[in-house]
Amino acid sequence: MRTPFTVRLLQSMPRTGWIALAIFAAITWIGVPVAHLVLPESSPLHLSAYTVSLLGKILCYMVVAVAMDLIWGYAGILSLGHGLFFALGGYAFGMYLMRQIGRDGSYGADIPDFMVFLDWKEIPWYWAGSDSFIWAIFLAMALPGVVAFIFGYFAFRSRIKGVYFSIITQALTYAAMLLFFRNETGFGGNNGFTDFKRILGYSITSPEMRVTLFALSAALLIACLILGRYLVGSRFGRVLAAIRDAESRVMFIGYNPLHYKLFIWTLSAVLCGLAGALYVPQIGIINPSEMSPANSIEIAVWVAVGGRGTLIGAVLGAGIVNLAKSYFTVTAPEYWPFFLGFLFIAVTLYLPDGVVGLWRKLRSRKGPDSAAAVPAALPVTQKPGAVTDTKLIPETGAKGATT
Amino acid sequence: MTETTELERRASAFAADGGRENWDGAASSGHLVTGELDLSHNVILYLDDITVSFDGFRALNKLSLTIDAGELRCIIGPNGAGKTTMMDVITGKTRPDEGKAFFGQTIDLTRMTEPQIAHAGIGRKFQKPTIFEKHTAFENLELAMKADKRVRRSLFASLFDDERDRIAEVLKQIRLDKDADRSAGLLSHGQKQWLEIGMLLMQEPRLLLLDEPVAGMTDDETERTAELFVSLAGKHSLVVVEHDMAFVEALGGKVTVLCEGSVLAEGDLATVQADPRVIEVYLGR
Repeated sequence: MRTPFTVRLLQSMPRTGWIALAIFAAITWIGVPVAHLVLPESSPLHLSAYTVSLLGKILCYMVVAVAMDLIWGYAGILSLGHGLFFALGGYAFGMYLMRQIGRDGSYGADIPDFMVFLDWKEIPWYWAGSDSFIWAIFLAMALPGVVAFIFGYFAFRSRIKGVYFSIITQALTYAAMLLFFRNETGFGGNNGFTDFKRILGYSITSPEMRVTLFALSAALLIACLILGRYLVGSRFGRVLAAIRDAESRVMFIGYNPLHYKLFIWTLSAVLCGLAGALYVPQIGIINPSEMSPANSIEIAVWVAVGGRGTLIGAVLGAGIVNLAKSYFTVTAPEYWPFFLGFLFIAVTLYLPDGVVGLWRKLRSRKGPDSAAAVPAALPVTQKPGAVTDTKLIPETGAKGATT
Repeated sequence: MTETTELERRASAFAADGGRENWDGAASSGHLVTGELDLSHNVILYLDDITVSFDGFRALNKLSLTIDAGELRCIIGPNGAGKTTMMDVITGKTRPDEGKAFFGQTIDLTRMTEPQIAHAGIGRKFQKPTIFEKHTAFENLELAMKADKRVRRSLFASLFDDERDRIAEVLKQIRLDKDADRSAGLLSHGQKQWLEIGMLLMQEPRLLLLDEPVAGMTDDETERTAELFVSLAGKHSLVVVEHDMAFVEALGGKVTVLCEGSVLAEGDLATVQADPRVIEVYLGR
């Protein structure tokens, strides 16, 4: 008999995982809105507009980190150009926000200010429909998806792997950045898109909108984690990990790695695009610097710090590095690049499995009994042979160790 | 008059079709339908004048070889004789510069990709055991199992009871039933070899290519491997590349000696070993 899909979806995560997600949802959907909107500013639990925006931004980064972990940790494909997909999503939604400004821009024109500046008379064809919210959301997913699909198809078909692939992705995002920097391409040049006023007619700076965007970012992260957990626990996920570890064997048992890589690669880009679309209204600007190679490398650092091939590690890594970044850039901005570099070297040398790996090591040292007890507590209702179907966060640990 | 002959022609074509050994593998397992395996001449593999050069070095030099359906064939030869390159050609990893490679009467291997060839029914075991070290033995077999291997199927795939039983059966056959849930990377070398053979069996191939399957095995394991291969012959066709002469003798099939990219001698082991050219190649002048 076959296990129903919903049951398998539920089994893709242990009970503790679902509880953790529920707590996270309660905090982000109820706790934060209450702390920002209801509690008075004098309350110690009050969250300022700055804090909510910062946390919302980090939530978007966490989504990117999960998308990165899916391809790097599980499929062994290191992309150093994921900032491109994030920025494309941001630009697609950013143009919608530009159109929402209407005639409230500095020039009071029907078209965005930067187009007036270029002496354009009408919206170029490729931005047709960008005044529609639905189209903007679609574009934020489709644009990175299509770019990733086309690029991935040629790269994977030519069997470009490892460091060569990483370098090409890096070049791709750099080339895109140069393209977007140019004024005449219609992407706002080096200023990008900014001065947003409204979403769907509501003020973008209102506390309610801020909290809504924050809650949506949290929802996207939760959805990504559930989807990711399901994917890596499915046969698809096992094939991906097999491609990572022994691609030729995968081919000789009849799988076409091209299709598998292309699927996860494109999905990863789409998730980044959605994260970008939520990021832009919370930050209030999108410009080509989001596509700078350094940004994309930083995404890889988040995942490495948290622990590859664990999903939760990516979330933790993005959180840790970005909180450290906002702390450093306030107290000692000149030391931030050094700290980031040190962090990356230290993690590579001493913590190959990141924070999650460290935690597992500590826990297994403290009491092997407690570690061994975890699998027993799983909701395993299948036959013994199927234990692997319900594999959860404590995977063998070494899973992400190969690049 | 012409009409009757036309009908007759159709009828005979139909009969020939039905008479063919019908294998639904390629058709039902997704990817591309590359035609059914046609064993009407009782030959499963034809290699005809295959030449492969790497930077001027002729790894295969007009190699011609046929393997009968159900046969157990051993390939021996000194290092660099082209044994592995021959397997690369059959499995689509290397494209020959010249020559033809047919699986059965109709399937042209030189026009297919590795996954297509795998689906058509050719399984390969590498010289160095290549298994998925981070997966358990059970998962290794699950991934190898003959199934629809397209992305959209594997996204929602879960095991049926008969599939579970099939995996359990193969685990028992390769004596890994007690280690089913261990990471494959933790198995002994001999066990890894067996696991890889088990993965081949899960694919239910018609032709198995085995590159030094008993390297690193204990004598006991080697003996059991020979028993397993002999039991597989008939239902499957096997091509075994091996240096271990005791093992080749235990298999007892026809032996082909390769040298410098072409066939030097062919026959049973005793005949081949008595051949002066073979002695010369192995012992030097």
